[in-house]
Amino acid sequence: MALLDQKNNNVSITVFILCCVHTIMTRKENGWQEHREDFQRIPELAINPLGDRIINAFFPEGEDQVNFRGFMRTLAHFRPIEDNEKSKDQNGPEPLNSRSNKLHFAFRLYDLDKDDKISRDELLQVLRMMVGVNISDEQLGSIADRTIQEADQDGDSAISFAEFVKVLEKVDVEQKMSIRFLH
Amino acid sequence: MPACRMKGMALAEPFQTGHAAWATLQIEEGVKKQKAMALENLISTGIIQRDETPMEEEVVGRCRGCFSLADVMYFSKKGCEAVAEDEVTRRFSSEELLSWNLLSRTNANLHHVSWKLAAVWVTGILIRYCLLLPLRICLSVFSILLLVLATTVVGQFPNGRVKGWLSNQVQMICATLGIRCMSGLVNFHNRENKPQQGSICVANHTSPLDVLILASDGCYSLVGQVHGGLIGLIQKSCMQTSQHVLFERSEMKDRHLVRKKIREHIADKAKLPILIFPEGTCINNTSVMMFKKGSFEVGGTIHPVAIKYDPRFGDAFWNSTKHSMMTYAFNVLTSWAIVCNVWYLPPMVKEEEEDAVHFADRVKAVIAARAGMSVLPWDGGLKRKKVKESFKEEQQKKYCQIVIENGSVGNGNVC
Repeated sequence: MALLDQKNNNVSITVFILCCVHTIMTRKENGWQEHREDFQRIPELAINPLGDRIINAFFPEGEDQVNFRGFMRTLAHFRPIEDNEKSKDQNGPEPLNSRSNKLHFAFRLYDLDKDDKISRDELLQVLRMMVGVNISDEQLGSIADRTIQEADQDGDSAISFAEFVKVLEKVDVEQKMSIRFLH
Repeated sequence: MPACRMKGMALAEPFQTGHAAWATLQIEEGVKKQKAMALENLISTGIIQRDETPMEEEVVGRCRGCFSLADVMYFSKKGCEAVAEDEVTRRFSSEELLSWNLLSRTNANLHHVSWKLAAVWVTGILIRYCLLLPLRICLSVFSILLLVLATTVVGQFPNGRVKGWLSNQVQMICATLGIRCMSGLVNFHNRENKPQQGSICVANHTSPLDVLILASDGCYSLVGQVHGGLIGLIQKSCMQTSQHVLFERSEMKDRHLVRKKIREHIADKAKLPILIFPEGTCINNTSVMMFKKGSFEVGGTIHPVAIKYDPRFGDAFWNSTKHSMMTYAFNVLTSWAIVCNVWYLPPMVKEEEEDAVHFADRVKAVIAARAGMSVLPWDGGLKRKKVKESFKEEQQKKYCQIVIENGSVGNGNVC
């Protein structure tokens, strides 16, 4: 499985795969295709303010269904980074759960039109999703402006991926974006 | 002497190898048991470790009252945890079994394992469909006829103690017969806590069989919705002899009416205890979902009852979105047996300062603890309905309170 990193003998990977199979088999009886409605039926996802953005992250460009491989690719971003994997060879493709790829996942949650930049409008829309109706437009606008001001370095009033990474360099991404599978 | 010693050693050797072989076997058994337990834990406790840190701790970076681009990570993690393992919707389908119980419906992918197993399975099918099913159908037809006949006869009696006693007997006998129809084995525990007259009995709900099981050991008045078909016939017969509270589903929404009728019923101490299933729908017997507070508001003593089915012999859960009542009845009649444990729990009363929701949760926790099931705060109605928007708004409000300090954006701090 080229999806995950090269240490295919690792027990945790096998369990990870088993667990993903378990989740799919328990939810879907006919075929291994998931549709948007299947995700929307999950109550805990439905009450998540960013539920729609997260569902979007599972579906490839313009498509309405995701297969098992795609589903696992997205969930694989949340695999914890093991210590002994940090110092492996750099020749292979970067694993999906590396710090950079996790940050990329978060970046894509903001980047609505997928142009590799977070514009002021996109930031405003995502902020509006997170706060609901509890903050006025002006306040939200000022939060967005200050965020872009702090992050923007090349003066294009948008946040590129490199700038995004720079802003979050002190954040413990590994801990914030990891789901521990029990085994 | 040396000869004897040699002989002794020769005798001891097979003993020692035998001993070593036994020890190896024990170790292997132990390892197998551990693996089985680990697998059981995997299925029962879940596959991911849920991060229970509250939003405040996760989101707050170096300062409170500021927004960070990393805040989105908390929501994405929570969302993906829900996608990887959904606690709620898996309660609306049958429980997964640790090992196959030779019923084809519990085997997700029927594939060939070995000829021996296939032969055992085919034998099982023959026994269940050709031997047990006809016997059970005959017995159920007989018991339904008996119920209709007996209730009609007893219904003719003038209202009084004799009629009451007779109708109780009829109800219990027919319920016991009904349980025998599906090879039911029910273990009742703590009978001293059985519900008394003028009280409310609440139980967790898995299937219509719950009513049959409880009715075989005591007499209850039922609150429920009016059904058509076969159940409707049974309901009509029961109404002739006892006081049941039946509603149309549309009327059920009128909570005041329901509460009023229940209150009137329990006020009359001569009336039978009223049986209510506060979950409102069938759940798959692995967890107890939200108890609706209606029945906990009327006052009176609550007698909780915990019902736990053994899933190895047959699946008692009625998935009403997937199976009709007839299909469900057919499935039950072609299972091996219905084995369950019923615990009568000590009566509980609402305390003075307690509100109905808190009392309902307390009763729910007691029932779940006794039956070994987990507790979920989610509404069983999510089986059919979508979750309310207000829950999402609650989450958004919570986040706002973290991002905004003292009602303003602070000094425009952005971390």
